[in-house]
Formats: sequence, C-alpha cells, structure tokens
Amino acid sequence: MDWIKIGSALLLGAMLIFIFPRMRHALKHTPKGTTKDWMGYLLPLLAVIGFVIFLVMMVR
Amino acid sequence: MNNFGQVASRQSTAVLATNKVIRNTYILLSTTLLFSAVTAFIAISANMSHGAGLIASIVAIAMLWFVLPRTANSASGIPVIFAITGLFGLGLGPVINFYLNMPAGPSIVMTALGGTGAIFLGLSGYALTTRKDFSFMGGFLMVGMFVVILAAVANIFFAMPALQLAISAVVIMIMSGFILYETSSIIHGGQTNYIMATASLFLSLLNMFQALLHILGAFRGRD
Repeated sequence: MDWIKIGSALLLGAMLIFIFPRMRHALKHTPKGTTKDWMGYLLPLLAVIGFVIFLVMMVR
Repeated sequence: MNNFGQVASRQSTAVLATNKVIRNTYILLSTTLLFSAVTAFIAISANMSHGAGLIASIVAIAMLWFVLPRTANSASGIPVIFAITGLFGLGLGPVINFYLNMPAGPSIVMTALGGTGAIFLGLSGYALTTRKDFSFMGGFLMVGMFVVILAAVANIFFAMPALQLAISAVVIMIMSGFILYETSSIIHGGQTNYIMATASLFLSLLNMFQALLHILGAFRGRD
C-alpha cells in the first residue's frame, strides 16, 4: 500500500473523529420533519438524480 | 399601533440582514470559486503530483477545522477562507489532470463543471423561492456524511469500483441536501456568518464536482 492511500485513510479517519460529536449533537437537536417536509427534499433530489443520469447519457 | 410599527420595523430589519448575508455569501462564494479555479489551473500547469495535492487538501482541512472558526467573525476570516479554497484548488488540480488525460477527458471535466453549477443554481433557486425550512435535515445529513466517510475508508482497503461509484452517487445526494440545508439556514436566520456559509457551500460544491467527475469518468471509461 502506497503512502497516498495511508494518508487518505488517516485523513478520513480524522474526519470521522471530528464529525462524530457533531453528528451526535445534530441528532439530538435537529427538529423532526413531517412527511411534507421530506417530500420537499425528495422532489429536488429526484430532479438531481434525473439530471445526473442525463449527464451520464450525454458523455457516453 | 405603536407595537405594530415596532414589530414591522424589527421584521424588515431581519429581512434586510438576511438579504445582506445571502448577497455577501454569493459574492464571496463566486470569488473563492474563481480563486480555487486559478490555483487548480496552476496545479495542472505545474503537473502537481497526487501526493502534493493530498498535502494541500490536508492543510486546507486543518485550517477549516482549527483556524476558520476562530477568525470567521472578524476581517481576518476573509484571507483565511481564500487560503483554504486556494489550497483545495491545488488539491483538486492533480485530480482534474488525471481526468484530462483520459480519452474525451476535457469533455468529462467540462460536463462535471457545468453539471455542478446547474445543480447548485437549481437547488439554491428552489430553496430561495420556496423558502422551505430544511433545518430538520441536519441530523440526517450528518449521519449520511459519517456513513459515506466510513464506506470511503473501507474502500481504500477493498478497492471495489462498484462501491466507489455508489459512494459518489450518495455524495451527490448528500451534498444536494447540504446546499438546501445551508441556503435555508441563511434564509431563516440560522446562519448569520457569510464566511462560514461560504465555506459550507464551497465544500458541498467541491465534493459534488469530484463525485460527478468520478461518475462521468467511470461511465465514459466503460465504452
């Protein structure tokens, strides 16, 4: 294994350690979303997925 | 009547403050993106190695974690955010160079660049026009980010192309969520610091661009 892979693994490991307490804090303090709220996220997300598929078809 | 006047005045002050944060964020975001494009171009021209790019990214992340939060509330936050985005640009240079050397590489890079821009404009426009509150997504996005990083660490050792492709697809979805979350946070007064907002949006764009580059490169490479 070359040092770039080891460096990347160490960097990602440090990210996990850094994110973990923030993730726990966000889970405790984030307000709960309703079905309508989630639909408001799913709609643009579906549009993004469709757009990415379109881009993939374009470059193939 | 007097109370009504005070409430109306307070609301218009809040709207003005929000508009100012949005304007400052987009101005700073566009200039930092331009600056990182210049540093990425320098890295490509100098044929910078992946190792040097990784070191630039590590320094940028360290500054993002330890320097930016201490300086974001003062004028010194501006040179710090430029230094961070410039270093990320240097880190991105070798990655772009790799794709540019592929068959039809320039078209893949330009499509990923245009695609990232279009997704960002679309999502920002959606959050700004609908004024929906996406604060409920905070926990979900953080868990998603954690799982994606965990999968990325695992894939360094397993080196499975399908898993790498799946990670890139999930990164695009999570970064889309972060763009909606951050824009809505600015609109609803959750984020009042335009330097921190710029850093968050910049990172979302950077990750989305890299993920899109990987997906387009992988599908192009299969022909």
